[in-house]
Amino acid sequence: MVGTGSLVRLILQRDRLRLAVWVILLVAVPLGTTSAFIELYPDAASREQLAATVSSSPSLVAVLGPLYDSSIGGLVTWRVGVIAAFLIGLMAVLTVIRHTREEEETGRRELLGATVIGRHAPLAAALIVAIGAGVLIGLILTGGFIGMGLPSAGSLAFGLGLAGVTATFAGLGAVSAQLTEASSSAKSIGVAGLGIAYLLRIAGDVGESSGALWVSWLSPIGWFSQLRPFAGEQWWVPALWGGLTLMLVGGAFAVSSRRDVGAGAFPPRPGPAEAGPGLRSASGLGWRLQRGALLGWGLGLGVLGMVYGGAADSIGDMLEGSPQLAQIFEQMGGEQGLTDTYFSFVVGVIALLAAAYAIRAVLRLRVEEENLRAEPVLATATPRSRWAWSHLVYGLAGPVLILALAGVLGGLTYGLISDDVTGQVPRVLAAAMVQLPAVWILTGIAMALYGLAPRHVGLSWGALIACLVLGQLGQILQFPQWTLNLSPFTHVPNFPAQEIEMVPMVLLLLVAIALTGAGLIGFRRRDIG
Amino acid sequence: MSNAISISGLVKNFGHVRALDGLDLAVATGEIHGFLGPNGAGKTTTIRVLLGLIRHDAGSVALLDGDPWTQATELHRRLAYVPGDVMLWPNLSGGEVIDLLGRLRGGLDTSKKDKLLERFDLDPTKKGRTYSKGNRQKVALVAALASNVELLILDEPTAGLDPLMEAEFRACMEEDRSNGRTVFLASHILAEVEALCDRVSIVRKGKIVESGTLAELRHLTRTTISAEVTSNPGSVVGFNGVHDVRVHDHKVDFEVDSDRLDEVVRSLAPLGVRSLVSHPPTLEELFLRHYQDDVDLGSSETET
Repeated sequence: MVGTGSLVRLILQRDRLRLAVWVILLVAVPLGTTSAFIELYPDAASREQLAATVSSSPSLVAVLGPLYDSSIGGLVTWRVGVIAAFLIGLMAVLTVIRHTREEEETGRRELLGATVIGRHAPLAAALIVAIGAGVLIGLILTGGFIGMGLPSAGSLAFGLGLAGVTATFAGLGAVSAQLTEASSSAKSIGVAGLGIAYLLRIAGDVGESSGALWVSWLSPIGWFSQLRPFAGEQWWVPALWGGLTLMLVGGAFAVSSRRDVGAGAFPPRPGPAEAGPGLRSASGLGWRLQRGALLGWGLGLGVLGMVYGGAADSIGDMLEGSPQLAQIFEQMGGEQGLTDTYFSFVVGVIALLAAAYAIRAVLRLRVEEENLRAEPVLATATPRSRWAWSHLVYGLAGPVLILALAGVLGGLTYGLISDDVTGQVPRVLAAAMVQLPAVWILTGIAMALYGLAPRHVGLSWGALIACLVLGQLGQILQFPQWTLNLSPFTHVPNFPAQEIEMVPMVLLLLVAIALTGAGLIGFRRRDIG
Repeated sequence: MSNAISISGLVKNFGHVRALDGLDLAVATGEIHGFLGPNGAGKTTTIRVLLGLIRHDAGSVALLDGDPWTQATELHRRLAYVPGDVMLWPNLSGGEVIDLLGRLRGGLDTSKKDKLLERFDLDPTKKGRTYSKGNRQKVALVAALASNVELLILDEPTAGLDPLMEAEFRACMEEDRSNGRTVFLASHILAEVEALCDRVSIVRKGKIVESGTLAELRHLTRTTISAEVTSNPGSVVGFNGVHDVRVHDHKVDFEVDSDRLDEVVRSLAPLGVRSLVSHPPTLEELFLRHYQDDVDLGSSETET
């Protein structure tokens, strides 16, 4: 463990901006939501009305989490708690792997290993930083909530819960980092674990009335809701995170002390001595480099579509039990109307994730260039534009496949449950596909940055976060309409809740084409490297 | 004989930094041309201009009688390039990379590839991330050498190779020379250039400071002489064109400008020469002279 302290300082130095963004995002969203809720729902009656709507809408429970109390704290916990837990888990997994496996893969670890650094120091330092960031966020939020007048016990539980989630997923990241030689595979394993935890809690929370809540108890994210901040805190729940974290971290250190630096727990298999027939062009290479991510994202979002589709039907169950509610819902467009609103909401979530995939796919160009792997290809008879298209195509066609898969699986699941496969599959599929022009705007932004300002491609992620904040919080926080209009997702039709309008779609499409074209032209003219 | 590469007045700026400052270079078809310079002198930048990877700000560049920027794709069919820093895709095997790069260039000589794999003792089934630096270098070298192209552009190709593999590389270069392939070899390994190259251009701070055959370059430089004489050799210090004189009893070591050699040897004879060893300047010495900072040159002058 010698040298852990200096490694912690090194990580903080390297990641100061990255960690600051995470901390600000994860602090600003819950506190901002709290202040908005205090203003929007000043009296108990308005809060109870909101709570009743939420509890009667399993779709909202599916996406956001269960609601256990109609106080301000309870509403905030429902609205942002699970999302914050998911994001903070993501931060923990990525931060730990970034400073362990990625360092080994790039060989920087070896450079450090030759200095006075204990063999466990890098893993310990990465865990300290990741968990420390979670604890810091938890502390700021606890203080912030109490400062805004929320009950201390609930505020503490909320902060403690996020810190617990951080620790557990930092532990998962530490284990993932031991398994494979490639940091990309380690990240996939960690993020898949996070995704499973999220899906388990959907299944459990939606099925709570039918006694399926135990499924949520399998998920470290589900524990956050079960800690019940502001709703009769169950103070023994954090022990679950503590126990699981100790097991994961202990396991990671045990594997780490048995393996060689640079090696994974799974030995790498030798590859073919000769290239197959598929690997004869830039596009063949592009497929080889992109297929894993396409498969992973496609599967992940397909499963998410299925879960969302399955959750949609619970709306019907709810109405059967309560004639008065059914009457209210009839006025809101009936059960079908409510389901439609739900689907236009969830495809918006899926579209944001598809856009994240698209940005990642396009920015592979930059990864290749920065890692000096573009140069040898561009020094062959491969024109620049063909090389650029070999990755860009995944940013354009990838979201089509992913949204289609999520739409079909979502519609199919809902259709099978509601005995209306032929009706629901095209509806949900269309709802997903109308999001494409907005997704392609983000593809275009990434490509334009890559072609024209390659050092600033990271701003693509800023654009995505802006869309996320505007779309998910813009209305709650009552942003002015012109800021909401900045997000392309504001302009795609909320089909099936609303009719499809062609004009905004065509305009979005033209902007996307212009951005992509500008990026391609810029790339053909600029210096490589 | 036409030129495979002709560059005149090449300028490239990166922001405020002038990487190439009016560089002139001619590489004749069929020759092995050494491109010598210390790190940061502009070797890689020149190569990147030649490959059409970066634009130049001024001057003219012709590669295989074409424009490397506008005709990059056609020209790249006729050349192979080995970067100084070879990075491979972590999940592709070495064999896959060799075949892929060959195919992207428009073909690979399979039997030649197999021979090269054997000569360089390279396992093509290992994945990119498991290769050492030297083995990554070998992957790029095999891919380049096994393709039937007329020009090889090599940027410090032996940087990670052990001496055995370096010898193998030299043997490959000799074969290429007899096959009439043009090779443009950027290096700071003087022995390699000295052993292989027909002509050499020395680059410093973005400019060519010297260019020619080794014989021509030696003409401009000093010959080292060690002599043992019967009388006091101290008078050598007074000879014209003599530098760095070191006297131990009757032994004397000094350097002499090549155009004064005749004169100096004549002046040495009356001192009663018992033994005389002279050797032409190594590239090392050539190089040091060109890259010695003015301060260093000054101090070595005061020694004489």
